Amino acid sequence: MKELFPMKQVNGFIFSMLLTVIALSVYFLDMSYSVALTILLVTAFIQAGVQLVLFMHAGESEDKTSIYTTTFYALSIALFTVFGSLLAMIWGYMF
Amino acid sequence: MEFFERFAIPHPSPLIYASMVAIGLVSIAIIVGITYFKKWGYLWNEWLTTVDHKKIGIMYIISALLMLFRGGADAIMMRLQTAVPENSFLDAQHYNEVFTTHGVVMIMFMAMPFIIGLMNFIVPLQIGARDVAFPRLNAISFWLFFFGAMLFNLSFVVGGSPDAGWTNYYPLASNEFSPSVGVNYYNWALQISGIGTLMTGINFIATILKMRAPGMKLMKMPMFTWASLLTNVIIVFAFPVLTIALVMGTFDRQFGTHFFTSMNGGMDMMWANLFWVWGHPEVYILILPAFGIYSEIISTFSQRNLYGYKSMVWSMVLISLFSFTVWLHHFFTMGQNAFTNSIFSITTIAIAIPTGIKIFNWLLTMRKGKIRFTVPMLYSIAFIPLFTIGGATGVMLGMASADYQYHNTMFLVAHFHNVIIPGVVFAVLAGFTYWWPKMFGFMLNEKIGKWAFWFLSIGFCLAFFPMYITGLNGQARRMYTYSEATGFGPLNLLSFFGAGLMAIAFVLIVYNVYYSFRHSPRNVGDDPWNARSLEWATHNPVPEYNFAVAPEVKSSEALWDQKKHGHKLFNKEYEEIHMPNKSGVPFIMGVLFFIFGFSFIFAIWLGVILSAIGIFACMIYRTFEQDHGFHISVKEIKETEEKFGGADK
Repeated sequence: MKELFPMKQVNGFIFSMLLTVIALSVYFLDMSYSVALTILLVTAFIQAGVQLVLFMHAGESEDKTSIYTTTFYALSIALFTVFGSLLAMIWGYMF
Repeated sequence: MEFFERFAIPHPSPLIYASMVAIGLVSIAIIVGITYFKKWGYLWNEWLTTVDHKKIGIMYIISALLMLFRGGADAIMMRLQTAVPENSFLDAQHYNEVFTTHGVVMIMFMAMPFIIGLMNFIVPLQIGARDVAFPRLNAISFWLFFFGAMLFNLSFVVGGSPDAGWTNYYPLASNEFSPSVGVNYYNWALQISGIGTLMTGINFIATILKMRAPGMKLMKMPMFTWASLLTNVIIVFAFPVLTIALVMGTFDRQFGTHFFTSMNGGMDMMWANLFWVWGHPEVYILILPAFGIYSEIISTFSQRNLYGYKSMVWSMVLISLFSFTVWLHHFFTMGQNAFTNSIFSITTIAIAIPTGIKIFNWLLTMRKGKIRFTVPMLYSIAFIPLFTIGGATGVMLGMASADYQYHNTMFLVAHFHNVIIPGVVFAVLAGFTYWWPKMFGFMLNEKIGKWAFWFLSIGFCLAFFPMYITGLNGQARRMYTYSEATGFGPLNLLSFFGAGLMAIAFVLIVYNVYYSFRHSPRNVGDDPWNARSLEWATHNPVPEYNFAVAPEVKSSEALWDQKKHGHKLFNKEYEEIHMPNKSGVPFIMGVLFFIFGFSFIFAIWLGVILSAIGIFACMIYRTFEQDHGFHISVKEIKETEEKFGGADK
């Protein structure tokens, strides 16, 4: 019975519910804009990761290295681009 | 009549009228010629509807050569205008249009398709595949590129060419400062051909990852295939940025939004930022396949295996990752603080390290090799020192504080031509000569090819090295003229002579094609260069199905293994081969996209709606189309193979 029971998925489900509750707290609790947005962003990214790995079975097929490699590559380029643009156009901009 | 007034050229000149007449006459001549020789059916059946990667590759290369002449004519006009001080051959507006179209045509419609054409032809052969993963998509890619290019070329005679530089910076490119439809042409031509390129990227990643011959592990792929894989990865990640930036630009110009305006919350510099987020990886999209081509050629003609295969691969992986981290160096002077500029300065200079590794690997490949000085090898040998000079001046430009001196001068122009011409143009010409017998079954004449090489190399040095000096002396780029007192005159005249020599070289290359077509012997065998990789293991020219039997390989030099180490490539019996059917839909979609783009440029909404419906209709048709391809029988394969004299395979 133990090997049939999808323990990982159930735990993942509970975890993603927890993340949703934390995200939802932003609406009900009174907090500053930047704290709220930080909570939303962090929970959103963890949520996406949980979905990808547990429920979209990213790590279970034969081509899991290429899936993780492309995801990593895409993420790093997205982050470079977004933070680089922020750096170039807002933080590091003098005029 | 009012309707037609919008198509008029805003700044007409005798030159433009002359080219209108020339375009008209050439079009009529082509149509009459095809009708006279009764070639419409042949054209439609064999070329326009083909999904064969080899024919698509050849069409890419032909289009690229045509565009090379278009862009080359622009270049000659610019050099002629600046050959002497205070020249009045072109006025300022016309000069702006000429340098804009020169840049766009050369990068987007010459270098890219030439590279993609070679990739189309060679990559499936190098990995032992029958075709690319999605042959129909490949045809759509080509036709989108082709009609995007045609749309762009139309701008010259209908409505006016873009004139805001190939970088198209806002606010100059906004309606306020560029009121003609020129920039709309820029937006739509690049958009349409860019979508095609994006599809190519996806197609080739799937092909290379999924369709390699048995035994060909990733680290056993030929170097050109590795380069193509990484290039296509860069394409897939970089091109969406261009797509979105172009859409934002289109919305600003045609629907009054404020993405790139300087007021109402817009940010004009955001265009420059997004453009280079795409634009810098684009540079590596061009140069990585070139590196692959050089690796193949240098190894073949040094008659040695490639030195440092693994370091070659890893340096390309690093280059492709770094290529996304350096874009700000294109606008060091735009107002970032010293800290920000320093970060991008360091990432920029860091790219010189993996590139340097590759240079040393090529040199060490040649060391103790028995070098054969053929035309492809001459281009490759000239590439190494010339490209290194270009790279060294790149490091100079990469130093942010020094860049304030060089920015927007002819020094920069000299630098990027110094990397692109020996880097990309020499590479595609070398690849073109090297793989020519693969495509057509005969060799290009070596003697004429060598003349062309010397004209091109010497012409290149004469044309661009003087610009380093005038640039350091303060000649700004994109200035249509200068006074005699500046003293730029003599060096610019020298540049013009250099450009003339390069023009002679390109004429010689075309003459060489004609001459060799008439006089070259036809039975050159399957392996005329004594090459090493898998694409030479099939016949010349390649049969429709590429390989009669799927090859089995043990290393990146499969053919060399067979020739020298007794490795057996083809072990299986003939089996029926499943091939994709040809289709006219990609061509029709290309035409529809052309109408869509053209109508959008002139805000003819009826045309936009109708062609959009047509495009969706094509996609729906494809969704419900039953197309199982066709089979080539064993008997037919045997006949073809015997005709090529290779019945043992």
